[in-house]
Amino acid sequence: MIALFFRDLKLSVRAGGGAMIGVLFFMTVVAVIPFGVGPDLNLLARIGPAILWIGALLASLLGLDRLFQAEREDGSLDLIMMQETPLLLAVLVKCAAHWTATGLPLVIASPFLGLFMNMDEGAIGATMVTLLAGTPAITFIGAVGAAVAVALPRGGLLVSILVLPLAIPVLIFGVSAVYAAIEDPAPFLPPFMILIAITLFFGVIGPVAAAAALRHSAD
Amino acid sequence: MMSHAAYVIASYAVAAATVAGLILWVLTDGRARRRELQQLEAAGIRRRSAAAPAGERE
Amino acid sequence: MSESSLAIRKFSDLANPTRFLALADRVLPWLAALTLLVFAVGLWLSFATEGDYQQGETVRIMYVHVPSAWLSMMCYTVMAISALGTLVWRHPLADVSARAAAPIGACFTFLALVTGSLWGKPMWGTWWVWDARLTSVFVLFLMYLGLIALNRAMDDPSRSARVSAVLILVGFVNIPIIKFSVEWWNTLHQPASVIRLDGPTIDPEFLRPLIVMAIAFTLLFFTLHIAAMRNEIWRRRVASLRRQAARNAGREQLSP
Repeated sequence: MIALFFRDLKLSVRAGGGAMIGVLFFMTVVAVIPFGVGPDLNLLARIGPAILWIGALLASLLGLDRLFQAEREDGSLDLIMMQETPLLLAVLVKCAAHWTATGLPLVIASPFLGLFMNMDEGAIGATMVTLLAGTPAITFIGAVGAAVAVALPRGGLLVSILVLPLAIPVLIFGVSAVYAAIEDPAPFLPPFMILIAITLFFGVIGPVAAAAALRHSAD
Repeated sequence: MMSHAAYVIASYAVAAATVAGLILWVLTDGRARRRELQQLEAAGIRRRSAAAPAGERE
Repeated sequence: MSESSLAIRKFSDLANPTRFLALADRVLPWLAALTLLVFAVGLWLSFATEGDYQQGETVRIMYVHVPSAWLSMMCYTVMAISALGTLVWRHPLADVSARAAAPIGACFTFLALVTGSLWGKPMWGTWWVWDARLTSVFVLFLMYLGLIALNRAMDDPSRSARVSAVLILVGFVNIPIIKFSVEWWNTLHQPASVIRLDGPTIDPEFLRPLIVMAIAFTLLFFTLHIAAMRNEIWRRRVASLRRQAARNAGREQLSP
């Protein structure tokens, strides 16, 4: 399992993988927003956290369709399924590797982009913490979409369409936790706790459903 | 009040159009499938379970 | 033997698509006639009753809007039960049911959104409010469209059935979470300025047509659903017969 984790990690960090492209996409999206809404620094500071969150959401969807597809093409997916370790665990490990390769760089890149958005230190810290807690949930939901679309020749766009509605709660609680941290009256912890709860919940639901979909699409 | 009646009529019209479209879709789809089945049957292709043409309806 | 074993036999008898077709042929005309009748009564009631003193004529939109919103949720529940049937009991009609229900559900959700918007314009002064209920129905609509797109994209029906069943169930688990989160988001961003129509305080004057219309819409749904299931079974038969014909043709060419 650990070997699988590092293998996936290496594959996605290597040139053909989507890890760096995800971060680049994230930066590009965030950089484009000011051209749309104008260079008003106060406005940017206010909508900054939301923009960072939406950018991260879109960027983490970007590489998802490759999560199982490459394995299916070269046949190693069947090998993983035939192992005695449960498929559930393998899916979980693959999700973890995918998140480390694409989600974690987004979290690391977010403070720098936050500076561009004229956000203050507290907001940047809050955004980073919520992204750290929230992006795994997006990966877990996305794994279900990727497993469902694995049999499709051009599933990439479909995965995003299927996954985005399901990811709405993550976005809502992530952004509202950040705003709660910035604006004093609202407490930070309740939305943040709910965000963590959602992540844990999808950590269970996602791999179970993804494993079921993979098994059914194989036979 | 008259302008409000327009909204009522519009919403009922949309509802009628949507439901009519749905019914029409189901009907035409069913008719097309039935015709295809009949064509296939006329060509002598029958389901294995239905040896006689009357065997379909028990 | 006992009642329950008989019921189970009946249920598995229904699994035979041919039996289902025969049953559908017998039931559909009655169901359609009943639907028409209830619709006639419902429409008459909804135009015969008086308008609300506050909302005026627009209260009549409710008789279309509320039933379609109710159906949009019931249809997803039917799909979730069918998905469970596909995955757990491998009931052969379950995936037919789930597949046939998706476009119907999408249509009713669309109807709920449009009529809600038409109701909102005179009442709230705007076509769309990012109200919790409206937003979650909109998300439901997106989910229906995604499922239809998935069904369209897969050509092999038996494989796509189980895969989309997984997705339907994940969506079903998600709906309460989405509803809860949207409500949270709504209270955070927007003060309660929207006029709410609370359930139990509805006058019986409005309740009667509403209930009749809800029954009529439900009957309509089941009529359409059974008819669409019948179409789907026929479609699969045509496909399998075509395959069989092609195989036979190939065999004849090989061995003259």
